[in-house]
Amino acid sequence: MADVDKKMLTQFLLRMGDNTLILGHRVSEWCGHAPVLEEDIALANTALDLIGQTQFWLGYAAEIMGDSKTADDVAFLRDVWDFRNLLLLELPNGDFGQTLMRQFLFDSYQSILLPRLMKSSDQHIAEIAEKSSKEVAYHVERSAETVVGLGDGTEESHARMQAALDRLWPYVGEMFSSDEVDAAMAAAGIAPDPATLREEYDALIGKVLAEATLSIPDSDFTHKGGRNGATHTEHLGHLLTQMQWLQRAYPGATW
Amino acid sequence: MVIKQRHSPGAPPVRAALPDVSQVWDWLHAVPDPEIPVISLTDLGIIRDVAYEDDTLIVTVTPTYSGCPATSIINLDIETALRGHGVEKLELRRKLSPAWTTDWMTQSGRDKLEDYGIAPPQPAGGPDKCPHCGSHHVEKMSQFGSTPCKAQWRCTACLEPFDYFKCI
Repeated sequence: MADVDKKMLTQFLLRMGDNTLILGHRVSEWCGHAPVLEEDIALANTALDLIGQTQFWLGYAAEIMGDSKTADDVAFLRDVWDFRNLLLLELPNGDFGQTLMRQFLFDSYQSILLPRLMKSSDQHIAEIAEKSSKEVAYHVERSAETVVGLGDGTEESHARMQAALDRLWPYVGEMFSSDEVDAAMAAAGIAPDPATLREEYDALIGKVLAEATLSIPDSDFTHKGGRNGATHTEHLGHLLTQMQWLQRAYPGATW
Repeated sequence: MVIKQRHSPGAPPVRAALPDVSQVWDWLHAVPDPEIPVISLTDLGIIRDVAYEDDTLIVTVTPTYSGCPATSIINLDIETALRGHGVEKLELRRKLSPAWTTDWMTQSGRDKLEDYGIAPPQPAGGPDKCPHCGSHHVEKMSQFGSTPCKAQWRCTACLEPFDYFKCI
């Protein structure tokens, strides 16, 4: 393991794991509700990959936290203020278009971040990134294709995709808002400063959104507070009441 | 994951010779994938190593997809099979890197998949032909399918839908 403050490393791992956990949970809410069977299966599979990646990230976080904690403890026994996911990922799903737009915006970010993490000075992080990045490459291919199909589709689907982009755009900036945790990770060669990924990200999404005939809103305003835990939206608490209810109602239940 | 070693209470004081590593590979070759039982775990290429550390047998396994629910069943099946063959000291290790790729699937595994009606993975990213009628006229229905490792395709000649084993 690289020489770094363990509290900082834990924060970084929680950011990675909470992103995949919260988005995985949100996407799983579609199970049985998607517009067509193939999309239902696709969303469930995507959620499954995300939850699988969560087990690696939060498993490693739990290991560093010590106290013989497990990934399950970290996922199910923390409250809102302990979560470090991006605000974008805790927002309610909205319609199918908004769900796929969110997926595309996040998949694009992961598809740029994970290949960098494969070169992490922390071998375990590099291994998790290597495994996850193969799945993410597959996810972004599909979410980009769907964004183009719906954006450059009917009048109705175009309007809904533009509305989704307008709604979600103010949450994109948080991905790149670095702080002292990122500085510590960058200094230790564990992870890149996310601010350095912005240019590549803008190029990637710019190309896809142009093909989808969608316009990126002309505003830099950014909602923040998820990845540093300062201010989550009201939606995360509601999500946790669903995701964590079993462990809260029956503490320590196993099967 | 580490499965703790267990000792049979009535184990004889003089232990029989440990099974040869190639013998263990043969046993693993007979363990079917829980979701696609027509192929074995070795066909799938997920058994990365079989070796002894002192007298403990170490089987190293890599997951196909991070969230694949079959992973824990696979570990259970490996343990059950090897214990059934009399292996007493056993440890299963998870290995994430190098990440699993369908390039590790054996030719016999690919053939068995196709006979079973699942198009085997192709570097081109889509099935070569319909596993039912052999036509090359196929189209994608969805990038995802009934398990994390498969996608749904359709033959435009015989009109049958079929599973395609994703190439990763």
